[in-house]
Amino acid sequence: MSQLTREEVEHISKLAKLNLTDLEVDKFSRELTEILDFVDQLNSLKTENISPLNNVTGRKNVFREDEIKPSLSQKDALANATSVYHGYFKVKAIFSR
Amino acid sequence: MNDLNKLSLKEALFGLKQKKFSSQELLKDTLLRIKEVDSKLFAFISVNEKAVAELEEKQEQMLLGIPFAVKEVLSTKEMKTTASSKILANYLPPFEATVVEKVKSSGGIIVGKTNCDAFAFGASTENSGFGPTKNPWNLERVPGGSSGGSAAAVAADECIFALGTDTGGSIRQPASFCNISGLKPTYGACSRYGLLAMASSFDCPGPMGKTVEDCEIIFDLMKGEDNNDATSGIFQIEKDKVKGKKEKLVIGLPKEFFSEGVDEEVRQAVKKAATVLEENGFFLEEISLPHTQFAIAVYYILVPSEISSNMARYDGNRFGDKREAFEDEVKRRIMLGTYTLSAGYFDQYYLKALKVRNLIQQDYLEAFQKVDLILGPVSPTPPFKFGERSVDPLKMYLADVLTASANLAGIPALALPCGFTKDLLPIGMQLLGPFFSEKLLFLVGKKYQEITNWHKRKPNL
Repeated sequence: MSQLTREEVEHISKLAKLNLTDLEVDKFSRELTEILDFVDQLNSLKTENISPLNNVTGRKNVFREDEIKPSLSQKDALANATSVYHGYFKVKAIFSR
Repeated sequence: MNDLNKLSLKEALFGLKQKKFSSQELLKDTLLRIKEVDSKLFAFISVNEKAVAELEEKQEQMLLGIPFAVKEVLSTKEMKTTASSKILANYLPPFEATVVEKVKSSGGIIVGKTNCDAFAFGASTENSGFGPTKNPWNLERVPGGSSGGSAAAVAADECIFALGTDTGGSIRQPASFCNISGLKPTYGACSRYGLLAMASSFDCPGPMGKTVEDCEIIFDLMKGEDNNDATSGIFQIEKDKVKGKKEKLVIGLPKEFFSEGVDEEVRQAVKKAATVLEENGFFLEEISLPHTQFAIAVYYILVPSEISSNMARYDGNRFGDKREAFEDEVKRRIMLGTYTLSAGYFDQYYLKALKVRNLIQQDYLEAFQKVDLILGPVSPTPPFKFGERSVDPLKMYLADVLTASANLAGIPALALPCGFTKDLLPIGMQLLGPFFSEKLLFLVGKKYQEITNWHKRKPNL
């Protein structure tokens, strides 16, 4: 049984860049524990000799010519941006001085 | 002529070719119908204001200006695409999804964008950030999901057909709940380009229509290889050698699909449908898909894992609002997937689930050595009431118990109506086939709809 603690939920929410309220932390720790309990049933299956299925159709190495083609204009690419500065996405500073 | 919106795609195309009515009249009736009933149903997030103007340019193409609806997770150029999530409330895609582009360039006219669970995460449309769609057959019940808006719109004749997406049952289950037909194509048969990604190794755009025949026409327009999606295309699969030609097709009935967890009325309706097919030239054979019971557990590890990665793009900078605007279920799945992929848990959850995914696919590949097709119910229950399952996420996840395995295996599955409960709620069945066997599914589905009339019943609104 995998019990998800409040601390773990808070840690995961940081990894996922989700700011959760206290109420949400409580709720998710309860609900995610229940879901993880449910999926634990897979442990009843022996899978040592089974390979993981990464690609259902088995298709691989799809190549195409490396050609220059028209693509989105800068204007279109920026059309939905929250904040734009001289043709760039403007985001919060990541590094401090 | 009135109520042209009630026509199937086949009937509408015939009428237009015979010049019995014009595409302007057809569009007018459809838009009127939306005005008349959508305040009750909320199948549409937005209606295309430019539809009438767009029609002027389109009439000579194959679809002759047929009005269709598009699920909110499929990008429509310069037409609002919210994924039914508040985080994208004002998003205008600068490009068109390939499947939308294909249907439009064949002459289809978008009448509107249909409601769904936010980012298609759900089985009832209750997770929509803008409110749920109602089931046209019973307004107190869910239309299914996640493509619930598309299904309700088709069932209520608010369009001639609709496009949906199916990651774990999102075309088939709402089709079944609303008494329409819908195809989850083979993985890769229809391009995912422009589909707002949920779980990339599962997602399949597909047609939702009034008949199986309509779904075939639409699928033929949607399918095909696309340079913008390296997993797309119709191709032969080595390990899936279809058996030689036989006199009679064999339909397998997996005993796990008729187990005690399945509602009695649903079970009886699908068994009756099997008997009807048997009387009309098909062999029936009981089979077993022994790993069926593990499908939901595998699905709810792999899908949230892929979701947590795909949803990282919503950074609030390039498009959309801040991540706090995500709906509850979106946060829940991102959290779950981040956990199952996090350091120390990857092998225990993700890798383990990928291995069981292989076992589930093997079940099907082995079954298709013996039988040509598989038949079973779509949903273990008829349409449920609002709130009945949404209070408990795990309970909602179990709604996908009979549909998710086709997505895990990557095979095609066709949902079609096969009866009603005593309370007049629709019951649907699904035909599953080997990779790229859509033609065969359509053949059997069309045959069934020649013999039966379930698909012709319409809700009273």
